[in-house]
Amino acid sequence: MYAQMIKSEASQDDPEKLAAFQARIDRGEKIEPKDWMPEGYRKTLIRQIGQHAHSEIVGQLPEGNWVTRAPTLERKAILLAKVQDEAGHGLYLYCAAETLGISRDEMTEMLLDGRMKYSSIFNYPTLTWADMGAVGWLVDGAAIMNQVPLQRTSYGPYARAMVRICKEESFHQRQGFDVMMKMCQGSEAQKRMAQDALNRFWFPSLMMFGPSDKDSKHSAQSMKWRIKMNTNDELRQKFVDQTVPQAEYLGLTVPDPDLTWNEETGHYDFTEPDWAEFMEVLAGNGPCNRDRMEARNRAWDEGAWVREGLMAHATKQRAVSVAAE
Amino acid sequence: MSDLVTYLTRLGDNTLVLGHRLSEWCGRGPALEEDIALANTALDLIGQTQMWLGYAAEAEAKGRTADDLAMGRDVWDFRNLLLLEQPNGDFGRTIMRSFLFDHWHLLMLRGLTQVSDARMAGIAAKAVKEVAYHADRSAELVVGLGDGTEESHRRMQDALDRLWPYVGEMFIGDEVDAATAAEFGAPVPDMLRAPWDDAVLPILAQATLTVPDGAFAHQGGKTGARHTEHLGHMLTTMQWLHRAYPGANW
Repeated sequence: MYAQMIKSEASQDDPEKLAAFQARIDRGEKIEPKDWMPEGYRKTLIRQIGQHAHSEIVGQLPEGNWVTRAPTLERKAILLAKVQDEAGHGLYLYCAAETLGISRDEMTEMLLDGRMKYSSIFNYPTLTWADMGAVGWLVDGAAIMNQVPLQRTSYGPYARAMVRICKEESFHQRQGFDVMMKMCQGSEAQKRMAQDALNRFWFPSLMMFGPSDKDSKHSAQSMKWRIKMNTNDELRQKFVDQTVPQAEYLGLTVPDPDLTWNEETGHYDFTEPDWAEFMEVLAGNGPCNRDRMEARNRAWDEGAWVREGLMAHATKQRAVSVAAE
Repeated sequence: MSDLVTYLTRLGDNTLVLGHRLSEWCGRGPALEEDIALANTALDLIGQTQMWLGYAAEAEAKGRTADDLAMGRDVWDFRNLLLLEQPNGDFGRTIMRSFLFDHWHLLMLRGLTQVSDARMAGIAAKAVKEVAYHADRSAELVVGLGDGTEESHRRMQDALDRLWPYVGEMFIGDEVDAATAAEFGAPVPDMLRAPWDDAVLPILAQATLTVPDGAFAHQGGKTGARHTEHLGHMLTTMQWLHRAYPGANW
């Protein structure tokens, strides 16, 4: 889940229009860019889709950290393909958000000056090669939990972007699990790396679903609008239930001594992540927040001459073709 | 080392070294479209590396794999062109390096699709489609940035001036080239200069860039006699994990 704590906006619109809009959503109709929509719906979606897009872009950095050190040519190729997919996801999502009346450049500026966020998970470092497995297995796995239902979200362009993204994400998750399998079947050092990666990524992955339902202030309106399909706790539980048997299969220990199967509920009981740490990460105090923002700002600033040069050339070309007409 | 193995190693080392250099840009491009294109190009080149070095390893018949060649050799055993190991510099230098190489690479691969060795011709036939796109894209960027703003023009001219002394090595043939030309009909590097000039010079003119004077050419990459200092640092990063855990299966 790459969108966390999305603040939903109340709408000040005409109650009749609002009721008709809600009725469309309740009938399962898709809302398209030219349709009337409440201002709050539009703004909340921009925030949500923008945050998802930014997460794809910032998410290239922890993986880029290992592209140059991938242990084999095949692993290097797979990781490059994955990073390329992620940049592509960013592109579709920015396009989807642009249909709501905001430009990609505006959203980029908002990311770079901190007005918009990206998922907390990308503020954790990737320290060993096993982290490339853990990111695919756990982080992409958690993202899919949220994104699969979003294929049915009420906003048409977002739902359609999600269909394509989900296909690629589930491929990434399988690749991540494959990296973990190789590590877990490998040498003692590789097994140690795999366990260490799980130790470091387990709780941050659980945080990806956002705060506990009792503290999640913005869910009700978003769920009514069908731009959020399940509660944070529902998705987190589903993720734990799916992931624990996979960890067992790999021979790894989930770093939660209180993790137990509950016969009565048919689910695992587990320890919630440290929400104080989560709030610190959101506030900018995660292990990598400053590094990530510095890297994105540097890329944007150092790329300014390229963007300006290409724009200037395109303008000259237009002038030439107008003069020729 | 047989002439065939050397020849295949040169092809594979070119794509490996440039593919790695482009992968260093990951997530740091000047625009999202460029991030996608850089990763895509790097991916194509690494894929080509797997094919060329895979064939080199088989032809060598010493039980090594493409990965052993990529991750296990030291600088002096690399056979890539010096141009390709040059550091990325700014985006302009990265694109100029690709541009100068892509057009040579395209001519080379077109020639290789015609060789009598079916496997070599097959690899070239697959790679040539990818490289035709690389050449189009780098040319478009060279023109756009060369004929863009004052700053973008200056940066592209600087890049061209800086990299020009590494151009000549692409066209200097040796006994390995002569032997593969005689045996399989592989292209002779000297013969590629005129068609390369025909392709590249008009694009540089359109980009309003001035071709530097002087035909001086640094050499030593394709023979392995003298690489630049940069390659060792690149290999330090690229090979570290593979070498730190010998024999591990990833």
